[in-house]
Formats: sequence, structure tokens, C-alpha cells
Amino acid sequence: MGFCLMEGNEAMAWGAVDSGCRFFAGYPITPATTIFNALLRLLPPLGGICLQGEDEIASIGYCLGASMGGLKVMTATSGPGISLYSEHISFAIGSEIPIVIVDVQRLGPSTGSATRGADGDIQFLRWGNSGGLPVIVLAPVDVKDCYSLTVEAFNLAEEFRCPVFIASNKEIAMTRENIDMDAFGPQKIIHRASPPPGRPFIPFEVPSDSRTPYFLPIGGRTLVRQTSSTHGPDGYITTDSDEIAGIQDRLKNKLLLAVETFSFYESFPEEDADTLILAYGITGRAGRDAYNAFKKAGKPVSLLILKTLWPVPEGLIREKAGPVNRVVVVEMNLGQYVREIERILPDKKIDFLGRMDGKLITPRQIEEVVFDV
Amino acid sequence: MSSLLNTGRPPVFCPGCSHERITHALDKAFSNLGFQGQDVVIVTDIGCSGLFDTFFNTHAFHGLHGRALTYATGLKMAHPELNVIVTMGDGGLGIGGAHILSACRRNLDLTLLVLNNFNFGMTGGQFSATTPLNAQVGSGFLNRMERPMDICQVASSAGAPYVNRFSSYAKNLVEEIESAIRFEGFSILDIWGICPGRFTKRNRLTPQIIEDALAKMPSIKTPVSDNLRKEYGRHYRELAADQKAVLRPTTIEKQFNPPEAGRKEVIILGSAGQRIITAGEILCLAGLAAGLKTTQKNEYNITVLRGHSITEVILSPEDIGYTGIARPDVVLALSQEGVDRRRHIFDDLDHRSLIVLGKEIDLPPCKAEVHRIDFKALKIKPHDRALASLGILAKLSRVIGLNMLASALRYRFRGAVLASAQDMVEGVEID
Repeated sequence: MGFCLMEGNEAMAWGAVDSGCRFFAGYPITPATTIFNALLRLLPPLGGICLQGEDEIASIGYCLGASMGGLKVMTATSGPGISLYSEHISFAIGSEIPIVIVDVQRLGPSTGSATRGADGDIQFLRWGNSGGLPVIVLAPVDVKDCYSLTVEAFNLAEEFRCPVFIASNKEIAMTRENIDMDAFGPQKIIHRASPPPGRPFIPFEVPSDSRTPYFLPIGGRTLVRQTSSTHGPDGYITTDSDEIAGIQDRLKNKLLLAVETFSFYESFPEEDADTLILAYGITGRAGRDAYNAFKKAGKPVSLLILKTLWPVPEGLIREKAGPVNRVVVVEMNLGQYVREIERILPDKKIDFLGRMDGKLITPRQIEEVVFDV
Repeated sequence: MSSLLNTGRPPVFCPGCSHERITHALDKAFSNLGFQGQDVVIVTDIGCSGLFDTFFNTHAFHGLHGRALTYATGLKMAHPELNVIVTMGDGGLGIGGAHILSACRRNLDLTLLVLNNFNFGMTGGQFSATTPLNAQVGSGFLNRMERPMDICQVASSAGAPYVNRFSSYAKNLVEEIESAIRFEGFSILDIWGICPGRFTKRNRLTPQIIEDALAKMPSIKTPVSDNLRKEYGRHYRELAADQKAVLRPTTIEKQFNPPEAGRKEVIILGSAGQRIITAGEILCLAGLAAGLKTTQKNEYNITVLRGHSITEVILSPEDIGYTGIARPDVVLALSQEGVDRRRHIFDDLDHRSLIVLGKEIDLPPCKAEVHRIDFKALKIKPHDRALASLGILAKLSRVIGLNMLASALRYRFRGAVLASAQDMVEGVEID
């Protein structure tokens, strides 16, 4: 077994290629640019396409076009670009266009600090669309996750025909780390489902056993309609409120009712622990160190690192927090995901540790909060 | 050839709207070209021009305001054989200005029909990028200060090879559209028309007035000979075919034992141009050659040729969690601005830490072991000092050994660069 040295962004590019991604478009922005750089080297020799858009709106627009053309697509940016993506994120949600969107978070607000990390977009990713329908957000902890969660993200985008975000962070994306690329082996790859032959194709009709419509590409032999307007199964505008309500419910439930099938996490339960540390992203690593320090010192503290942030894996969180009285939520912002934890664990004591100054939360800080009861 | 019009969904434009004429002309053009529905995608913008896709039995893509060209680009790149027709109004032209310019510069084979009726029809007749200064519009007096743009001049200067302007009432409307679709490359048609629902309620505009106004516009010769060139998609595929496949990164197996046990943290404090980040990478690679886990975290100015450059490397037999460094085992202090940037780290250092220090650099007081090097006297240039310092570390058997370092250099460099790097780390003298 050996390792190579790779930053998170490059690992994402390999994850994308191995998932069958053949179209990337992006606009340069630190700290996401090296995803574009890597895919510009990787995709064209594979017959894939890598474009630099005139702006972020165009970049994601190219992706939506190519995705409807049948390609697996990805774009990558940081907070300022996510802001510009917003109208197209809403489009991809409402019109069920598969796309993987990487947000390599940097310190905000606004232009903020291009080369400093943060996890400041966690609620923004969830709510930064018109209509407020759910999205999937995955959060890598290290370079290994950057590869494997990218594969998961593509699979989820294909399975549910929806945008899937990867909430990375400058501190993972541009930090180089050892990674054993051979250890991953062949990946299980999911493709958007084609309709069974022999029936007329109805673009947004849902099979009886699923909440996700079949897909056919624009450009194939069967005519396909796509629209950003509120539409019925036939892809034409509808004003029928019952039909509209049904579609909105379906768009919500196709993700909310399925989250248990894609609740990624690392769990380190300790018997007799009174406190659970809950963290995600780069902060999960400081959480691991704190957990190990407690274990060494013979003080039982449990740890849960979430890798699926949205939809909130409520069942998982309730289960892991079941045995403890207190949950310490640690995140690289001024308190975002902690709101969800307070919401779903009303009977527990919830404490928060956050930081938004471009510096990592240290294991020592976590240890202090956990013990400073 | 039969019509591609969707008989189940006939056009729903206001009576007298010139969009209806264009709908039928487009259908006739498709018919003349022998297109079947699956040969075409109609990509539509927002506003009344955004209804076009529903009137045809073709592939259809209706999206957000001003962005139609972006989807069209993705679709055309994915399906080079597909005929991609974009309809947009003068509103979409304005809001999507960046995309228009970009499409002109790129020359992907798309056909853009700008249905120019000089106002925002759907939202109340507000002024657009083409509204005349003296028009009465839904934006009060605001249009009187903003000069309308000539789409064709803008498109020509932005590089569009096929540019044309004509009236919705032109006798040869079908032939004009057909010819634009036939052209291999980006074609943009500025088609003037009448919006009876809004514009002509307060402004006089007739086919004849349009004809007269067109006659006064600067003449256009299409194709624009200066802009004729290879179509983007074709060109892209040609250049892409020449790109070399990228091999998967090769792994480094454990070959050596590290000179010291346990986790080691190294900070290199330097300046832009000192190859600090590369030295950090080599340190990581050396660690991999000893089977160690490693992380490298960098900090540098966005103006990459000026300012501090700092890299933090951790080598550890255990998995690495937190990637920050509080109390480094080794500091390579190679520039004053690098040291100044991290002055606080020196407070906590004790005798177990080693500092390799450039002779001319002022160090805050600290208890670490300091190894002072006169790089200048050794004739080691600033850009080689980080690499030379790794040689010093290896010779002192701190963190890495010479065998680890040599292996990292062989992995990272080739040819003359490798030879000079090897000379540098082997030749550097320690007291």
C-alpha cells in the first residue's frame, strides 16, 4: 500500500471523472479554481468538455444545458459564485436537472477573504433558492472524502435528478494530504433512469415505484421538453393548483423521505458518555483529535461527524444523540447548523463552539468547551 | 416537408404581434431545411419570445431571463449535430449582455433570433436596450437618457461572423432565417417588430416606419468577413483531440524508516519566489517514502510574486486530524517577512524545537535550538534556500533522512532540474 499526495480539489476532479462526469464549466475563483485546472487536464483527453464561462451564471447555465443533453455535469465555485448561481440552482431543483455543485467555502461575507477557510455557507446552500425546496448537501472531512463524496454526489444527482452540493472548504480543498487512490477500487456508478420502451415519453411523469421522473436527453430521437416554469408532467406550463401541489410535494418528499439512504457520517460512540461532539467538514478533524484525547484520558465523550448535512439526517442524529444529555455543536461559522440540532433535539442541552476568523477550530478549544460544563 | 408547428398549442400572441409572423417563418425555414423535430432544439428566453418553444414539435428548453445562450451552449457542445435555435427579446439581450458578447467571441454554431420590439412587452412596456430615446414607455422618463444600442454593430465588433438586421415584415423573412441557420457558426438576427400590446399603444410604429428606420441604419454585410473563422465546437474538438491523457497519480511505497519517531510538525517561513510551497511538497513526499501520513497547508498572498509564503507540513505515523500547527518541531526561517507573519509561534518553542535560520534574519527571542546559515556565503540563492534547508534537516537527521529526501526529489523532478536539486541538497554544508 502506498500513498500519493493530493489536495482536496484534485481529488474531487478524479472523483468526478470516475463518476462519468464529462462536462465541467466554471469561472475562476479562489479557492475553487484548481478543480477547474484539474478537469481541464482530465476531461478533454477523455472526449469530455471543460469550459470557462464568462461568469458564474453562464458556467452553471452551460452545465444545465449539457446535463439536459444527457451528460453528467459539475461546476465549482466559492460563496460569491454560489450567490450568482442562485437562479440556476432554483431551476435545477424545480426542473429536476442533475448537477453536482461544489462550493469551496471561503471566509465571507461577500468577497470576504479569498484564501481563508470557513463553513459560512451551510444555511445559504440550503435556502439560497427561490421556492425553498430541499437540496442535498454533502460535506467532506478530508481528501479521501473529496474523492468518495464526489462519487456519491454524482450518484445522488443522477438518482434523484437534482442539484447536489459538496460543501468543501479552503482548508480541505487546498490542503495537500496523503491519499491511497488504489484503495477506492471500481466505484458503483448510477445513471439517470431511462423510461421503459413502448410507451410515449412524458418528460416529468413519475414511475409508480419512484418519485423521480425518467430521463431522456434533449438531442435524442424522442422529443424532450424542459422548462423553468411551473409545469405539469408533460413539461408545459400548468395552472392547476392540485397538479402544482402534487409536484411540489413530490419535489420535497423525493429527498426528505429518502435521506436515510444517503446519510453519510462517522460515529464514535463512547459508553457512559454524557456529551456528544457534533461536527462536520474540516472541523470534524479537530473533533477526532479531541475525541482521541478524551479517550486517552479515560473521559468518555462521543463524537458524530456528519457528511450529509441536507436534508438533515434527523433519524441518525436522534439515534446517535439518544444516550447523551448534552450535544456540543462545533462549526467554522457563528452558528448555523446548530439551529437544526436545537430544532430536532429539544430535550437536550445544546452548546455551540464556532469561529469565523479564517483560523481552524483547534482540538484544544473543543476540549475546553466539552469540559467547561 | 411538413410543418413542425404544434397544432395542439397554436400561438397565443396579441393580435397584430409580429412574433406570430416569425413563428410561421421559422417553421417554414425548418421545413425548407428538411428538419425533423428531433433535429432541432428551440431554446427560449423570458418574455413573449419565451413562448416559442411551446409552439413547435421539437426539443424544447425554456429557462431564465437572459440566459438562453448559456443553455444553448451546453446543449450544442453535448450534441454537435443538433440545430440549436435561440429566441430572445430585446430585454433578454440587455440582461444577458455578457452572454451575447461571449457567444459572438466564441462562434459556436447557434442561431440567435432577437425579437426586437423595443420594449419589455410582458411586464408593462418598460424600456430595453433598444428603446428609442423619444419613445413613450412604461419606465417614465428613464429611457430618454439611455441611448439604444445597435445590436448588429455590437455583435460585429464582438466577433460574430453572421450578423443581420431586418423587419418581421420582410418579404424574404423565411430565407433570411434559413440562411442564418445554414451558416456554420454563431449567427445573430436583429428582427424588428411591433408589440401591439404595449409599444404601439403609445408610440406609432408600422411596417413602413420600420422599413424606413432600417434603411437609415448603418449597412451590414453578412457574413462579416473579418469575423469568419473556425466554428468553436469543431475547433474545440480538434484541440481537445491533441491533449495528452493524464495518468493516474503514482503512489509512493514505504521504503525507509524516518530518523525520528512520532509526529513531526514543520513550518517553512519565507517569501514569494523562494519555492516555499514546492519545498513543503517535497517534505511531504519524503514523508510518504517513509510510510508516514502527511498534510501540507499553505498561506501566501494572492499577488503570488510578492509578500510572505508559508507552508505548514505535518508528518506522522498516525492519521492526521487537525491540520494546524501550534508548536512546530522545526521552523525553516528563510525570510524576514515570513518570520514577521508568524512571530507568535516563537514564544512557545523550547529546546526541543530546531530553527534553521537565514543569517540576516532577526528572530524574536526564543528557547529553540537555532542553526544559523549564511546562505549568501554558501552562494545559495533565495529561490534555492528552502530546498537547501531540507538538505540541512536531512543531514542533521531531523524529521527526514537523506534517503527520504533523495527519493522525494526523484519523484518530483526530472532531468536537469533533478540533477541541480540533488546537487543542492547533497552539497549544502552544515557546521
